[in-house]
Amino acid sequence: MEITTRGLWTMIHGMGFGALYLLACSGALVELYRRYRSPLGPEIKEEDERFLRIYLTAMAVLAWITVLTGAYIIYPWYRAVPPPGTASLAAFPQRLLMSSPSTAAWHSIGMEWKEHVAWLVPISITMAAVVFSQYRRSLRIHPELRAAVVGFVWASLLAAGISGFFGAMLNKTAPVTGGSTITFVQGAQK
Amino acid sequence: MSNQSTSSAPQAKLNPNGPGAAAVLAAGIGSFMVAIFAILADKAASIKNLMNFYKPTGPLSGVTTCAIVVWLAAWALLHWRWSQRNVEVGRVTAAAFILLFLGVLLTFPPIADLF
Repeated sequence: MEITTRGLWTMIHGMGFGALYLLACSGALVELYRRYRSPLGPEIKEEDERFLRIYLTAMAVLAWITVLTGAYIIYPWYRAVPPPGTASLAAFPQRLLMSSPSTAAWHSIGMEWKEHVAWLVPISITMAAVVFSQYRRSLRIHPELRAAVVGFVWASLLAAGISGFFGAMLNKTAPVTGGSTITFVQGAQK
Repeated sequence: MSNQSTSSAPQAKLNPNGPGAAAVLAAGIGSFMVAIFAILADKAASIKNLMNFYKPTGPLSGVTTCAIVVWLAAWALLHWRWSQRNVEVGRVTAAAFILLFLGVLLTFPPIADLF
């Protein structure tokens, strides 16, 4: 059981940071809806409010780490240009996808959309975390601000979902591979 | 119930909606600018070259850096203008959602390619 360093980074970016963000989004939406939807709801405890503040801040940090590792670690491997005369394009995912009409749209639509729309995630969740930290329980008496926070968290979930879907499909069609090989478990030969 | 509604008014005065509205509108502007810079870099070779801040990542590095700079600048400016004020937050939020929607829409390549 082994993986290349590039494969490992791609897994950390997508299945680690990205998937964790998607999971965290549902929790944030439930908490915001359950506790802050009405000014007449039950009293919010200080520690619950502190928890949500830390939770949203952690989501913002996670979102930034996800886009930064994607854009500055994995994307350069994805878009690497093969030297002239290269026979196999397996180590050059973008060129591999573009080499066939049946896979070219995974790049021209999938990656082109993913690489840009993903940046709406940290922008949206950073705003949500800052506004929540600033207003806390008084968000209940600012319904428009609360709607904006919830709306932008929904938008971040949508944008992260688009990015995650295309990331998974791209990696399935033309995986980012290369670098040194890391062996986890040496299996017995049959 | 009445206690809560009477305590809301002074609380809203103490906690004006301006800073929150500034953050919301700036997020809409930032989202929209990601799409605008991406379209500009895609359509004009000179802008594409200018956006090449970090060669291994290519123009994406400049597109996103510029959008983030505009987002943070807009946020700072709006915060400075609205920090002590109550603004019409419903209209501000609507504008932010329109910009966010356009940001998602205009980053979709078949739509971006129409320009």
